[in-house]
Amino acid sequence: MSLHKSDVEKIAHLARLSINEDDIPSYADNLSNILKLVDQLNTVDTSDISPMAHPQDAAQRLREDEVTETDQRDHFLKNAPKTADGLFLVPKVIE
Amino acid sequence: MFQKTIAELIIELQNKSISSVELTQAYLNRIQKNDQIYNSFITVTPDLALEQAERADKRLAAGNAEPLTGIPLAQKDIFCTNGVKTSSGSKMLDNFIAPYDATVIDKFNQAGAVMLGKTNMDEFAMGSSNETSFYGPVKNPWNTNTVPGGSSGGSAAAVAAQLAPAATGTDTGGSIRQPAALCNLTGLKPTYGRVSRYGMIAFASSLDQAGPMTKTAEDAAIMLNAMAGFDPKDSTCSNKNVPDYTADLNKNLKGLKIGLPKEFFEKGMDESVAKVIEDAIDTYKKAGAELVEISLPNSGLSVPSYYVVAPAEASSNLSRFDGVRYGYRCENPVDLEDMYKRSRGEGFGEEVKRRIMIGTYALSVGFYDAYYLKAQKVRRLISEDFKKAFEKVDVIMGPTTPTTAFNIGEKSNDPVTMYLSDIYTIAVNLAGLPGMSIPAGFANNMPVGLQLIGNYFEESRLLNVAHQYQQITDWHKQTPAM
Repeated sequence: MSLHKSDVEKIAHLARLSINEDDIPSYADNLSNILKLVDQLNTVDTSDISPMAHPQDAAQRLREDEVTETDQRDHFLKNAPKTADGLFLVPKVIE
Repeated sequence: MFQKTIAELIIELQNKSISSVELTQAYLNRIQKNDQIYNSFITVTPDLALEQAERADKRLAAGNAEPLTGIPLAQKDIFCTNGVKTSSGSKMLDNFIAPYDATVIDKFNQAGAVMLGKTNMDEFAMGSSNETSFYGPVKNPWNTNTVPGGSSGGSAAAVAAQLAPAATGTDTGGSIRQPAALCNLTGLKPTYGRVSRYGMIAFASSLDQAGPMTKTAEDAAIMLNAMAGFDPKDSTCSNKNVPDYTADLNKNLKGLKIGLPKEFFEKGMDESVAKVIEDAIDTYKKAGAELVEISLPNSGLSVPSYYVVAPAEASSNLSRFDGVRYGYRCENPVDLEDMYKRSRGEGFGEEVKRRIMIGTYALSVGFYDAYYLKAQKVRRLISEDFKKAFEKVDVIMGPTTPTTAFNIGEKSNDPVTMYLSDIYTIAVNLAGLPGMSIPAGFANNMPVGLQLIGNYFEESRLLNVAHQYQQITDWHKQTPAM
């Protein structure tokens, strides 16, 4: 599988990553090489095999639906790039 | 003093021949004097360390100390540490002060251990050489032109250069075992779920596992005693009982069945490394172990499977870095999408962006079945191979890495070549098994690691098998000329 410039641009958009125009060829090369490595997976037949998502096939543990977190709003806001009135600030979304 | 193991320091602290404050200060001085050579720490925390050491001394005086009380440790900068910068080796988190402690850190704090600082690492643990760190590469104390391995390269270099008696690492595809091998240390990746992942910045959540990097297997057992156990804050953490990992260290090896996967010995290994591994296995044979040839027929597909599963999970995990709640935000974004894209584009390094893109591609519409589902199916085949092998043997052995430490810059422009340096370690993460690397000798004056793989939750056996080897060899006692 070989990726073209337009594929790299599309993937970068899906991943919300800005990449420099000049770097696109090297991304295309490197990602294509990685996919070539990955294509070795097709050398084995897996038609009767179920996918393995967890190393011990354990199921997700459940707990009682209780409040366990305390309010630490100010503490957590300290790491935010921009805040106002106890809220995260982002560029205007709605006109 | 700096050559002493944790086990030896525990005795000295408890019989009061040294105080924790003295020990901690000595290590802090040594870090300050020597770490500009190795770059093994991102953050050193002298004030916190001395405060913890004072408290430890009080506890030692009061007689309610635990084994690790007063022992200085270095923590990989992937673990959140309340009030201390936690970067995960990334520009993205260069300004991040963790607002809480990871469970592993919390456990060490409860045990009275002292934190010297946070160690350098590949960015978000993605790398095998420590060269992807935003904070620059780490130098291997055995030869400063070479890499210490990765991603826990700072932890490995810090312990090898005797800047800390021991350190923590995390291992998603070999990130504890490979740097341990390259720096002549004992490194243990426990069974998936043995140690809580809470507060450990996520890379690939079905593979990540924390463990100790130490001078000896005995020290690894002491560290694991403090780290392991159920944690309600990690939904994949096991509630299996935690044994005393030091209890079985002295069992003898007579009758131990060692499986040697023929695929590990067929090709790829440097000849000089192969010779060291053969000698190590021969030592086990002389100690009374029985050698059994086994086959892991799908192990050759572990790297391809991993480079779908791990990037897919990473692309999902790293979507949290959006410039909104914490971490890096670009200057003057024109709108929300511009803010997301430039914050992530400028905040992440090349390798991280590559892996996010591979993962995004593997999970995207039209490719999910061909890549992600296929890789998970192959993952099961790899895991089944181990299951069959453990019906016949107690432990599996082979090399940790195909070569000794490579030169800084040698593989950094070729991702696929870099990925293949983890060829022997990755299958263990895919299966979720415990694995170790222990010092086994030298090839061209550089350390070689022997890998031990155990069945699920058989860390005690691995530690026993490693400890017994360290009773009859002294490779682990060799230190670099500094």
